[in-house]
Amino acid sequence: MNTLKRVHGYIAEFETARDVYHAAEKVRDAGFKDWDVHSPFPIHGLDSAMGLKKSQLSWFVFIGGAIGTVTAFSLQFVTQVLIYPTLVQDKPTNIGTLPAFFPVMFELTVLFSAFTALFGSMILNKLPRWNHPLFASDQFERFSDDAFFLCIEARDPQFSKDETLKMLKDIGGKSIELIEDDI
Amino acid sequence: MADAQTSEPIRPVLAREPLVTNGRSMSWVTNKICGIVENRQPALWWYLFIPSVILMGVLGYCLAYLVVTGVGVWGNNHPVGWGWAITNFVFWIGIGHAGTLISAILFLTRQKWRTSVNRAAEAMTLFAVICAGIFPAIHVGRFWMVWFLAPVPNANGIWQNFKSPLLWDVFAVSTYFTVSVIFWYVGLIPDLATLRDRAKKGIRKLAYGFFALGWRGANRHWRHYEMAYLLLAALSTPLVLSVHSVVSFDFATSIVPGWHTTIFPPYFVAGAIFGGFAMVLTLMIPARKIYGLQDLITHKHIDNMAKIILLTGTIVGYAYIMELFISWYGGNKYEQAAFENRQFGYYKWAYWAMFFCNVISPQVFWFKYCRHNLWVVMAVCMCVNAGMWFERFVIIVTSIAQDFLPGAWDFYHPTRIEIWTFVGTFGLFLGLFLLFLRFFPVIAMSEIKGVLPESDPHYLPPETFTHDAEGEKLSHKALKKTAKKTAKKATKKATKKATKKATKKKKN
Repeated sequence: MNTLKRVHGYIAEFETARDVYHAAEKVRDAGFKDWDVHSPFPIHGLDSAMGLKKSQLSWFVFIGGAIGTVTAFSLQFVTQVLIYPTLVQDKPTNIGTLPAFFPVMFELTVLFSAFTALFGSMILNKLPRWNHPLFASDQFERFSDDAFFLCIEARDPQFSKDETLKMLKDIGGKSIELIEDDI
Repeated sequence: MADAQTSEPIRPVLAREPLVTNGRSMSWVTNKICGIVENRQPALWWYLFIPSVILMGVLGYCLAYLVVTGVGVWGNNHPVGWGWAITNFVFWIGIGHAGTLISAILFLTRQKWRTSVNRAAEAMTLFAVICAGIFPAIHVGRFWMVWFLAPVPNANGIWQNFKSPLLWDVFAVSTYFTVSVIFWYVGLIPDLATLRDRAKKGIRKLAYGFFALGWRGANRHWRHYEMAYLLLAALSTPLVLSVHSVVSFDFATSIVPGWHTTIFPPYFVAGAIFGGFAMVLTLMIPARKIYGLQDLITHKHIDNMAKIILLTGTIVGYAYIMELFISWYGGNKYEQAAFENRQFGYYKWAYWAMFFCNVISPQVFWFKYCRHNLWVVMAVCMCVNAGMWFERFVIIVTSIAQDFLPGAWDFYHPTRIEIWTFVGTFGLFLGLFLLFLRFFPVIAMSEIKGVLPESDPHYLPPETFTHDAEGEKLSHKALKKTAKKTAKKATKKATKKATKKATKKKKN
């Protein structure tokens, strides 16, 4: 049996949103890159406290929505004007009938954007991922109840087994735990 | 650091009514909401669920009978081609609108009180749209031809007429349903993770774990998640306004007097929100009582929703009166006849029932007493639920029962099959909602936790302050003592009430 394990990182618990917010500012200023805060709800302003930029998702969704608009226009223009012009309601069978296409164009824009928002956020978050080293920790499951965790990963170039532990203690982290992963 | 905090005076701010009363903590919220799913359901749940399942069976029977026999089993006749089926469709689709309004529009306008009711309201939206979707599918009679609605060419290579509002409706309703499901599911992910973490083993852990997608509450994830949620809210806002507008185009773009009006889109949207909020309250007031959610869904929430009902009800009343005014002012005699028939013709009882339920009854919400008395609120909501159904019936049936040619006029009345189909959809709606209460967190826990005062990263507990706004020293011991006293008084009152009730019961 293989008993070798890989260190994933340290997690430290904080009691309040305020504590973890200020701790995050210090970890950011110390220059760490691969670390994260786990909280039961999104903490307001934590992105800047962690030095994160605005999510890129809105660009994805914009492109998705534009594809929806073009799809709906092509579907209607090709079928109603090019393939089989239907003469109804005294509406023209050329591009002049465009206003009658707007409702479907709007609906498909929203539909495609919504799908892009769902799948785009999943891709950016690398979810679904049902197995993760953090789930091995017994205390970690309290993140979804009322606990706040700060996790510094071992793949960060600044990570050191002793100094990172000391730093987490200094910034007020409690019940610090070394998370290991099976190889 | 600690010294700097303690010397800060409390800043004078106008106290807001708390969104969660009794100072409940995050773990209390988790235990309360997850407890509903994890514990046995109260007996009342079964008393409601079993009849709902029976009604679902009735619905299934009626639909099967219709498909096997043909639309002749309904009361539709020659002038009235759209009877109860389309009335019910518009009724149910309208109900859904309150859910999307709460989840999307109130999110964009940063109304934080929405967090307590949005999950249940969105669930209600989905179930209402499911009920609505049944009717357009079956009202054509030949159910197996329903694929004609989809954008695929038929056997002769002919495509759908994309210039028709009926096809717009297909796109609007199916998009609405899909986007509502996505919005609801995205909101559920963090709460499913909570249920996963609390479940110890077995199918429960597996199922919640699967749908939670391995959510870890990481801030790098919340960043994209919040953006996705914001974008979905921004997309749903015009969507919800468009859906009922498109439904109203089904009528407004025709030339039938009584349908052919430009006021329809805003009038329908206001009516939909109005009827939907009444249904939200109809479901949430009993649920709040049964599951003891009074600290999360407070009087403030009910008060706010009652005010929205008052506002939208008044808009609807304005629309009714404006319709009458335009038919007189427009000088079109067919239009005038249509509105005269509506008020004094075959179906005058339906018109006046609608007018009373939708315009007069919500006016009691001008008074705070009525907004805070749950019996009054429930009574008004029941009126509105009925009134909104009558509105659609009045619009659809009265306009076509007596149109241009008096020779073609005919009276329409529903058959037993039609009535039971409609009653059956209530069984489907209620049954699905009860299953939702049983298996999903009824209140968005992660959002509720986010609006608690201690969730603000700049929040300081009151003990850290030594001076009040006027610069006077605060004695925390004294404050604690008074707090304890009031708490004791409250518990005493509660026990007194309970014992009184118990003795009353014994006497009975």
